[in-house]
Amino acid sequence: MEALDLARWQFGIITVYHFLFVPITIGLSAIVAGFETAWLRTHNPAYLRLTKFFGKLFLINFAMGIVTGIVQEFQFGMNWSDYSRFVGDVFGAPLAIEGLLAFFLESTFLGLWIFGWDKLPRVLHAACMWIVHIGTLLSSYFILAANSWMQNPEGYSFNPDTGRAELNSLGAVLLNKVQLVTFPHTMLAAYLTGGAFVTGVALWLLVRRSTTDDDRPMYRTALRAGAWVAVVAGIGVAVSGDVQGKVMTDVQPMKMAAAEALYETEQPASFSLFTVGSLDGREEIFSIKVPGLLSYLGTGDFDGRIEGINDLRDRYLETYGQDPGTTYYSPDDYIPYIPVAYWSFRLMIGLGVVTAVAAAALLWATRKGRSPTGTRARKALVATAVALPLLPLAANSFGWIFTEMGRQPWLVFGLMTTPNGVSPGTTGGEVMTSLVVLTGLYAVLAVVEVGLLLAAIRAGADPFSEPPDPSRSPSDEDAPMALAY
Amino acid sequence: MELTTIWFVLIALLWVGYFVLEGFDFGVGMLLPVLGRREVERRVMINTIGPLWDGNEVWLLVAGGATFAAFPEWYATLFSGFYLPLLLILVALIVRGVAFEYRHKRDDDRWRARWDACLFLGSLVPALLWGVAFANIVRGVPIDADSEYVGGFFDLLNPYALLGGLTTVLLFLTHGALFVALKTDGDIRGRARRLGVGVGAAAAAASVAFLAWTQLLTGDAVTLVLAGLAAAALVAGLLMAARGREGWAFAGTFVAIGLAVTTLFVALFPNVMPSSLDPAYSLTTTSAAATSYTLTLMTVVAAIFTPLVVGYQAWSYWVFRKRIGEQHIPVGHR
Repeated sequence: MEALDLARWQFGIITVYHFLFVPITIGLSAIVAGFETAWLRTHNPAYLRLTKFFGKLFLINFAMGIVTGIVQEFQFGMNWSDYSRFVGDVFGAPLAIEGLLAFFLESTFLGLWIFGWDKLPRVLHAACMWIVHIGTLLSSYFILAANSWMQNPEGYSFNPDTGRAELNSLGAVLLNKVQLVTFPHTMLAAYLTGGAFVTGVALWLLVRRSTTDDDRPMYRTALRAGAWVAVVAGIGVAVSGDVQGKVMTDVQPMKMAAAEALYETEQPASFSLFTVGSLDGREEIFSIKVPGLLSYLGTGDFDGRIEGINDLRDRYLETYGQDPGTTYYSPDDYIPYIPVAYWSFRLMIGLGVVTAVAAAALLWATRKGRSPTGTRARKALVATAVALPLLPLAANSFGWIFTEMGRQPWLVFGLMTTPNGVSPGTTGGEVMTSLVVLTGLYAVLAVVEVGLLLAAIRAGADPFSEPPDPSRSPSDEDAPMALAY
Repeated sequence: MELTTIWFVLIALLWVGYFVLEGFDFGVGMLLPVLGRREVERRVMINTIGPLWDGNEVWLLVAGGATFAAFPEWYATLFSGFYLPLLLILVALIVRGVAFEYRHKRDDDRWRARWDACLFLGSLVPALLWGVAFANIVRGVPIDADSEYVGGFFDLLNPYALLGGLTTVLLFLTHGALFVALKTDGDIRGRARRLGVGVGAAAAAASVAFLAWTQLLTGDAVTLVLAGLAAAALVAGLLMAARGREGWAFAGTFVAIGLAVTTLFVALFPNVMPSSLDPAYSLTTTSAAATSYTLTLMTVVAAIFTPLVVGYQAWSYWVFRKRIGEQHIPVGHR
């Protein structure tokens, strides 16, 4: 394989892996902060136990998010130096602002939260986790703005002298219409993920035989809190995703056509839930279709016109064929890889919907003091508990694979193709080395991380102990730290 | 002052911040097997930097991001050119970052020993390679007319650069030892201080040799003064350490490292990455820079948020100002 293919595989693996930890960090930081706030307001010991229990799981996950995030920032320069030269003026600014505004906030206040139990007044301690959460949102906003610019470049001009894109409006980058729907969609998906994580963990502890009857109400509370977050966020993901589909049809019609493997323009266009046929969707043997649905997803009208891949290819050829910033090779290169676009789109939606429906079913099963601990349903409940945290993680991954693969062959839509962005001086051997080293390291860390998570979940919440309150009583100088590494 | 010069200064400051801060937590990591004779001592050491190391590391991420935004050509040439050393640094920072959080998660000596090895190597490798990388940047590397690095991995391991790496390792060891002396109580405090003085003498010798070599390569009157001040600060810090004044001693290494890094950046200016093939191929603050729109915008953002960041980071140092002794380490691992 060439450096280009290796660099693409590396970017995909490294980024999808990083994004397993990101949405849990975003969603769980809010839920942990919520539990701590609930404890401060109600003084119910269960909320403090849940704060510490889910806080522990949060930290195991956060460590991985941090270290895999460092690679993200470096690999643009390492593997994609021509891309970095071309877009640095536009793309670098949100990245630098992200570091200054968000990374310092997250790392400093998380350190204060971890080690500050016996040093900070209680309200300030809870505020630290809220600040961490705000940090995750700020971080997401700037990095998604950078990505949205790649999907729909605005607020720049192309300078033929330097051969690069130059920023002329930060406002246009931060308020890009793709960004305005991508940010809510991604954040709501993160809340769905965090909610499903809490729901799954709490459900497993609730139905497990060794959990004491005294602890069950606490896990039931956590389950319902997580499930409410998941259901509300799930609805939001669907609504924002619907808007996003229309923006996408407007700015990247090829991506929508690829999502349905729609070769010829149709009006109205149906949406296939499932297709058996050739991989690229040119021939179909069997398909379940919902009439007019693709028209609705793309245009908001069940009778709307959706352009097909063949027409779009011809149109792209006319628009971009002679663009100075691109190398143009074959007409079909304007078509993304259809099987990936088609199936990732369906898996993203399907797995997300299943997650939200499962959370809603659990809310129903636990309504008015009920607890789903009947022995007959136990196996199904355990399976649900295991699946719940995993489903949205897979849905998120498919979402990113869809949006990035569906943009191909563009690295920056309409401006730079992917082969033009790779580092010219970097050899296949170098990229292969980093691919093997990082993938191997990530695999080992995944085993370690999952092992620690499972051990911490099995151990359950620690018994209640009143934390020291430094604002009331002067602490003993020689007392052990409330939390230590 | 030109905007490009302002941003050169700001990026130099970010690297200064990174080295004076993460320098001591690298030092603590490297000293773990030396000063931490018993498990409880190792935990005392780790807890002195526990709440701080991550915030320190963000200085690197912001330095990287700011370079990308302000000098895209510098970012692209440096990161793609120094590919393998950067990969090693990344691997080191990954295992190190995870080690802090995971080490105490299992009560098992072999488990802890493995993470201790990660902390040691994860601190040593970047401490060494950042020195090597910066020495190479100052010395100049083969960069062609397309701003591409055309050397190999082993071109980076020249004597001057290796001396640079040795210098950063010794300086960070000294800095870390004096930090442990400043932040701990009990037996380890005195040992850390004495070790700091001993390693500090070697660090001073290496620093003087490295800065003198730098002076011969690319120095002027300003770098000579700065290098002299750096050496003086280091010697003053060591004298303070020898007299048991740990706060002043740590301030000495803090200032010395800051001035040494400043010397390198002043020696570099107005280049950002000189080419050893042809001075015409060198990347400079003007040829590598972003547009004035982006630079102006970033200046506004930096002017507003940098004081805020420094403020709350300083506050977190103040919250965790107390010395840690063995009595503060809770029994068991949670």
